Amino acid sequence: MNQLTYTLQIADNALILGHRISEWCGHGPILEQDIAITNTSLDHLGQARSLYQHAADMFNALPAEEKKTLFVSAALQAKIAKDEKIDEDDLAYLRDGWDFRNVLLTEQPNKDWGYTVVRSFFYDAYNFYFYTELQKSKDTVLAAIAEKSLKEVTYHLRWSSEWMIRLGDGTAESKARMQEAVNHNWAYTGELFEMTTADKEMLAAGMGVDLNAIKTQWQKRVDAVLEEATLSIPANAWMHSGGKEGRHSEHLGYILTELQFMQRAYPDMEW
Amino acid sequence: MSIESSISKIYEWLQQVTDPEVPVLTILDLGIVREVELNGDEVTIVITPTYSGCPAMDVIGINIRMALMSRGFKKVNIEQQLSPAWTTDWMSEEGKRKLKEYGIAPPVRKTSDNPLGLFEDDNIPCPRCSSEHTQLVSRFGPTSCKSLYKCLDCKEPFEHFKCH
Repeated sequence: MNQLTYTLQIADNALILGHRISEWCGHGPILEQDIAITNTSLDHLGQARSLYQHAADMFNALPAEEKKTLFVSAALQAKIAKDEKIDEDDLAYLRDGWDFRNVLLTEQPNKDWGYTVVRSFFYDAYNFYFYTELQKSKDTVLAAIAEKSLKEVTYHLRWSSEWMIRLGDGTAESKARMQEAVNHNWAYTGELFEMTTADKEMLAAGMGVDLNAIKTQWQKRVDAVLEEATLSIPANAWMHSGGKEGRHSEHLGYILTELQFMQRAYPDMEW
Repeated sequence: MSIESSISKIYEWLQQVTDPEVPVLTILDLGIVREVELNGDEVTIVITPTYSGCPAMDVIGINIRMALMSRGFKKVNIEQQLSPAWTTDWMSEEGKRKLKEYGIAPPVRKTSDNPLGLFEDDNIPCPRCSSEHTQLVSRFGPTSCKSLYKCLDCKEPFEHFKCH
């Protein structure tokens, strides 16, 4: 069960951030960057799909009674009541906000290119060290997904690091706006390293990642890029929290409304 | 027909299944076929995705199924395997040659070579005039596997199959 929750934590981060940055499709500042960010979004979505497939396999193997206790979503409960198997699409499209385990950082609005870049940079740096460690997981499916994803996350991090530097060490205007974006997003970075029950249990079982250990590496990378970008970390150390436990900001609901619309309005539709 | 010769026959048929996004490459050129298992009139093809979100993978699966069913197999299973992760190092030399002829610059490095630092990019020769006087336009292209360049000598834009 912890293994399932843990997999959903990772999958939900990938889906929600992937959806967020896909909102730039057709709206990028220049065509090349529109394509870049949409490509990245597709990577996140692909990773989410692999993770949800793994989660669905674990879910389907659970005893019927236990299945009922996991998600609040009425649409998913209806499937469970009929003893239907679920798949990756059900997990993406039929769970409600409370069922999602993504960190609050990933659901924050795009606002502008600067906010988008900063949010991606903080997350990409985390994701890079996270997947590097997850490759050693005793859960061989998670290890394989990590190995595959790491190759993609490596260029995500390169891309967002370069934009941090380009805009931070850019004009007075771009620097001021990047600093504002750093100050705003910083308060959402603490949650990345919070260890939930699933995190702790999975680490103890040799299947999860020690988030305290990767925090040091993350901090080092963030410091180096911010320094080159002539940006600074805000003094205020207060951090938001709750996403990993299913308590979200108001933004997640709007994302799900759009993301899940077709399956909610026309259940089981295919094209 | 013995199992071995049937399997080599299957590989011949798979050599006719192409990547829908880069139709000049077959799935064997790409190096995404990992295993072929034969059991009577049932066959299992194990493929590995190029990129996690590559939409061509589902289409490739369907095309493999159609190619083999039309040759008389009753049951064709397509399995996806993620590890070891696909790399452009597995692309055949024949594949790289075909890419270049098609106008797409093939990968120039091994993935084990030193990774590129920030703001560094590969110097990619133009697939048309072979000039090395080229410029990166975008590290991302119309598909995940390609980037965009332009040649400063013959002035033609071209795509590059990224080293991954």
